Amino acid sequence: MASELDGLPVIATRREEAEGFLQGLVSKSLGWARKYSLFTYPFVTACCGMEYMTMASARYDSDRFGAAMPRFSPRQADLLMVVGTVNCKQAPILQRIYEQMADPKWVMAFGVCASSGGFYDNYATVQGIDRIIPVDVYVPGCPPRPEQVLDGIMLLQKKIQNQSHKLIDRKPLPVIAGGPGR
Amino acid sequence: MSKAVIAALVERFPDAVHAPYEGVGGDDCAFVERSRIVDVCRFLKEEPSLAFNMAPYITAVDYLGATPRFEVVYNLLSTVHNKRVRLRVKVPEGPEGVVPSVTGLWRGADWFERYCWDMYGIPFSGHPDMRRLLMYDEFEGHPLRKDYPLRGRQPLVVEREVHDIFRGPGPASRD
Repeated sequence: MASELDGLPVIATRREEAEGFLQGLVSKSLGWARKYSLFTYPFVTACCGMEYMTMASARYDSDRFGAAMPRFSPRQADLLMVVGTVNCKQAPILQRIYEQMADPKWVMAFGVCASSGGFYDNYATVQGIDRIIPVDVYVPGCPPRPEQVLDGIMLLQKKIQNQSHKLIDRKPLPVIAGGPGR
Repeated sequence: MSKAVIAALVERFPDAVHAPYEGVGGDDCAFVERSRIVDVCRFLKEEPSLAFNMAPYITAVDYLGATPRFEVVYNLLSTVHNKRVRLRVKVPEGPEGVVPSVTGLWRGADWFERYCWDMYGIPFSGHPDMRRLLMYDEFEGHPLRKDYPLRGRQPLVVEREVHDIFRGPGPASRD
């Protein structure tokens, strides 16, 4: 059945496209803001700590990359740098510190011992902290050069920039069986 | 001059000090009976002409297959006379291989004896606080024994499965 509306162009609200555009904007700006304000928590256990100090202080100056602020509480930090060997006795402590950090959080394995256990393939050493907590960036070296660490920070910044942030979380809320409403 | 130390020891304890010899680096070494080690150490510390007032390092050795199996090595230093001496005590395996503690003479021997218990399982009698020093309480066995497996890790937390490591370009034969 024809009507007078048939000749008019269809103007539909393309909701998905609009949301996608907004999400892109929010993702880009949030990623930009987050990548240049990394508050680090240095979990320093071994000799790599000396290299961390060089990297953080004036000569190599991680401040240039927006990762300058070491917070000495994991609750205020969003980048956990595990600097040095982690042994089995320390593994629960490291796990607990990771769990104390608020989202969003990232982890960098600083040096070969944190990345893979290094040459400590013995009875005491965890073979890489990725066996305990998820890791975003691995920086090898014994110890790594400060340039390597800065390169790792830049890689992590690229990763943070490319993360997508959901404007609308469409995940259904979890339903507890037997709860109210059932 | 340093021969005088061992000579005085052998003269004073003819039944407890055996087989003196000159070790690597010229240090004087001797084997000491396990039950007399505190007496020998007290003599070394309190005799004014010897005055071994410091125990810089006490450790143990596992000679797997030999009987007795273990050895506790006492490295003593006299800061008065600038002399060193090394005493070796043979210790059998098992609960009968108890070594008298020298913490009553040198307070600093505390952690060395705890270390020997932790790493080799050698118990010391008369020690004020006989616990593990480095490993955790849940650890079973003594890791520096020669029959402890090299990679005998005993993790305290459940380890994650690691699959997603991108290794990048490299030799294809690499694991």
